[in-house]
Amino acid sequence: MKDALIIGGQSFNSRLITGTGKFGNHQLMEEALLASGTELVTMALKRIEKDDDDDILKHLRHPSIHLLPNTSGVRNAKEAVFAAQMAREALETNWLKLEIHPDPKYLLPDPVETLEAAAELVKLGFIVLPYIHADPVLCKRLEEVGVAAVMPLGSPIGSNKGLKTIDFLQIIIEQSNVPVIVDAGIGAPSHAAAAMELGADAVLVNTAIAVSADPITMALAFRQGIESGRKAWLAGLGAVSDHAHASSPFTQFLAEL
Amino acid sequence: MFQELFDQYQWDEIKQSIYRKTAADVEAALRKNKRNLEDFKALISPAAMPYLEEMAMLSHRLTQKRFGKTLQLYIPLYLSNECQNICTYCGFSLHNQIPRKTLSLSEIQQEAGYLKQQGFEHVLLVTGEANRTVGVDYLKNAITLLKQQFANVSMEVQPLEQDEYETLIDAGLHTVLVYQETYHKDDYKLHHTKGKKSNFYYRLATPDRLGKAGIHKIGLGVLIGLEDWRTDNFFTALHLQYLEKTYWQTKYSISFPRLRPAEGLIEPKVVMNDKELVQLICAWRIFNEEVELSMSTRENEKFRDHIIQLGITSISAGSKTNPGGYITAVESLEQFEIDDSRSPAEVVRMIERQGYKAVWKDWEAFA
Repeated sequence: MKDALIIGGQSFNSRLITGTGKFGNHQLMEEALLASGTELVTMALKRIEKDDDDDILKHLRHPSIHLLPNTSGVRNAKEAVFAAQMAREALETNWLKLEIHPDPKYLLPDPVETLEAAAELVKLGFIVLPYIHADPVLCKRLEEVGVAAVMPLGSPIGSNKGLKTIDFLQIIIEQSNVPVIVDAGIGAPSHAAAAMELGADAVLVNTAIAVSADPITMALAFRQGIESGRKAWLAGLGAVSDHAHASSPFTQFLAEL
Repeated sequence: MFQELFDQYQWDEIKQSIYRKTAADVEAALRKNKRNLEDFKALISPAAMPYLEEMAMLSHRLTQKRFGKTLQLYIPLYLSNECQNICTYCGFSLHNQIPRKTLSLSEIQQEAGYLKQQGFEHVLLVTGEANRTVGVDYLKNAITLLKQQFANVSMEVQPLEQDEYETLIDAGLHTVLVYQETYHKDDYKLHHTKGKKSNFYYRLATPDRLGKAGIHKIGLGVLIGLEDWRTDNFFTALHLQYLEKTYWQTKYSISFPRLRPAEGLIEPKVVMNDKELVQLICAWRIFNEEVELSMSTRENEKFRDHIIQLGITSISAGSKTNPGGYITAVESLEQFEIDDSRSPAEVVRMIERQGYKAVWKDWEAFA
């Protein structure tokens, strides 16, 4: 059975989206990304050096890899739209991971500016994947303006804390008509698996792979974690209970009537 | 304004409370997830010295989590050594009877061309304080010229007014470094005897003016060697905490310049040894996981080679501290002697040997 992820009309076999920051070198990054099986890779426009011999893009040119430029570094909708247009020109793609975090300390996304920018960018023909808080209402508002997916955070970016927002992610997954990609805070393959078991369509991982002592092995571990979680979701997990259900003390009398 | 908070603290009381910290305070600080100013005091106190290896391991781990295996490269570009201030520790001090030099735009262009060839994308403009020759118009012209060639332009010049900062930000300025030198209000006057820099509170309020002007990044620090470095760094941390809460859209970086030999200078009043500098860097990282920590070529090769794994996130290489020092006036008066004279390419190789990626460019003007 083929279980493809469809975003913006494009079909992906892998549900692991990866970042490119924090790696010790580009060669290692490339090997880890290939090991992860990822087909959608995000990179910060601000890090791209077009004349550099070791340009990051040279390491990302693979038939299986689809580029997803991001707007990291912008502080408001206006700058985001500007950055998006630069990215479209430089990378020849209309795909965009929209991230607007005016707070440089915790890099938390600005919902007001993000919604405004998303609406504008959709009109300009971009396939927009916005990075946002796990805010179910915001997700619906973004869906209404035409984003291709939503990317709620599991916990603060780079924190490796896992799914701290799980209750809200659950509501988002239940209500969403576009793919839900859990972005940020995924620190271990078990976190990624948990997101998939919850019904997320994909997860985005960067820090946990890049900063690992062995990024290639860690990339494989995430790949397998995500595949396991997805299979479990498709197969249907059993209900969780704190105690055994041996008898029915309240309704047993019905059998005796 | 920070002054209101600052005036509630007494230097001597803070100093005593740092030196009274115990091993138990240090252990408690290390066990926590989030550290406050009292924890920072413990981590910079003499009581923390036996925990240096543990602090280094923690700092290494926290830094990699946030910044990855990367180091940002930057290069100072000295534009002028003219200065109207008398500062006891600085080679540019007014009373130094040495020819002065301010680069013309075409000289700046030549220096910039050389730095671009080396690979730099983040450039730091440095001057003394000579408002007539090196005022806002001069700086604006320099920034306008350089932002066409460099991804990121910073400056470390005399404190300016908010509207002047706004003008320079519009021209493309990204970061301003403004070190308080010392937070010891009385002794500050002894080190800065003449010129605009002698006004302690005007300098103290500079980050406030920058924050209000909407600058992207502010660099803070004290000159280590003037006063007790522990107390001075406590005040830097207090300042940082205030700024992070008030100007929450601005990024911050911290530097740890140790007083270096220079023409006509005082000897350091307080000497900080290498072990203590490592302690300070690790303490900063453990206290604040997100702040950028910067290291210049003031420190020697061996120290710099080891410190990049312990918390530092940006580093200069191949620096000259005199205007025209790269190409146009190599013999002009320098601000201080550097201690790591390796080329940028050599420093990059050193970084790569340790499994880190040297990042030349990490900014793009989106406006």
